[in-house]
Amino acid sequence: MIGRAPAKTTGRLALAALAAILAVGTAACGASYLEIPIETPIQPKLDVTPFQRVLVAGFVAGGSDDIDANQETVRLLRSQLRTKSSLKVIDADILPLMEVAQDQAKATAEDRDRENASPQSTNSGDHQSNAAMPLPLKIKDEKDLEQYERLFANTAYWKRIGEEFQNPLIVTGTVLFTNRSTSGFVQRDQEVYDPYGRRRVIPTRTYMERKGFMLRPKFIFIDGRSGATMYSESYREEVLYNAQQNTPALSSYFELMDRLVPNFLSALSSQKIKGSRVLLK
Amino acid sequence: MTLRTAAFAVCALVVLAPPSFADARSDAKSQVDFGINVAQRGLWREAIYRWEKAVELDPTYAAAYNDLAIAYEHEGQLEKARKAYEKALELAPNNAQIRQNYELFKEINDRTSSGKDNR
Repeated sequence: MIGRAPAKTTGRLALAALAAILAVGTAACGASYLEIPIETPIQPKLDVTPFQRVLVAGFVAGGSDDIDANQETVRLLRSQLRTKSSLKVIDADILPLMEVAQDQAKATAEDRDRENASPQSTNSGDHQSNAAMPLPLKIKDEKDLEQYERLFANTAYWKRIGEEFQNPLIVTGTVLFTNRSTSGFVQRDQEVYDPYGRRRVIPTRTYMERKGFMLRPKFIFIDGRSGATMYSESYREEVLYNAQQNTPALSSYFELMDRLVPNFLSALSSQKIKGSRVLLK
Repeated sequence: MTLRTAAFAVCALVVLAPPSFADARSDAKSQVDFGINVAQRGLWREAIYRWEKAVELDPTYAAAYNDLAIAYEHEGQLEKARKAYEKALELAPNNAQIRQNYELFKEINDRTSSGKDNR
């Protein structure tokens, strides 16, 4: 006589069958994966195919007197473009854009005055106040810089510059490099040793006076054929040191520009971003 | 008795599952495996061909969409990559690896404001 298998044995069998099925299922579905390095090509923000040459014309610069931000920015961008873009960099004298803007403002004011003096003049008071606004001779802050922005909208001027250099892509803009100092609580790691000589690192908040620099460039890309602005982008970077630390302004300037240059270049040339992803089976 | 019935039911389900589904997945899987093989050797275009075939054979295969998205990303076809990642996540919303890939992709894609395709 064959009796029924005990319920316990049947349960075990069923569980074993389920486990086997799950194992087979897992193997079949494949929980396996593979990490693979990839390079994502990033297309330039600007279509520079109509241009063979680029002219880094100059910048309206202000802020600290420690460096000539116009000269340094032009030199740095030209050297970066020479090595990292396909465009031929034009070696030309740096344009004194502040003087150019001041001359343009003066000429506009004179034109307005002449118009106002003529008997047929129908100018409103608002018009007059616009023309009478002189540009600041020394740029100390962003407000001063803003007044120079009109220069970049002067398509006739940029078209003339473009014609002079056989219609290149023109890079210009504003650069503000200023001293900066702050004071406040800063979190720092402090080493301490207990009575047994064991070292520990404890985060402590200390009051510190710090000084450094702030860089605010605005890069403007102008089509040398039409004089029109194609694209512009603004950045803000700052670096702060211990008040006792004496870091030269020029090295801080380069430190800050180093952070921005890849963004500047990505407007003109394609770049590859390295990373890794997980392939699944 | 109940356990035995349950075990039988599960076995029956696996054994009697529609063969067409099993075939599609297994064909798609061999395409995916082949794609991974060639991608490891840097032949990303061939990998794209294989993974496109895999999702055609089995449109419910999340891993194939994930791999395809990676290949598109590597080729700079960012819009296609985004769509493939989103499809993969739609099919497997809880897959942490797909989500991580997608987050990394988004970080790059956001940096390029236009997110243009170079094709």
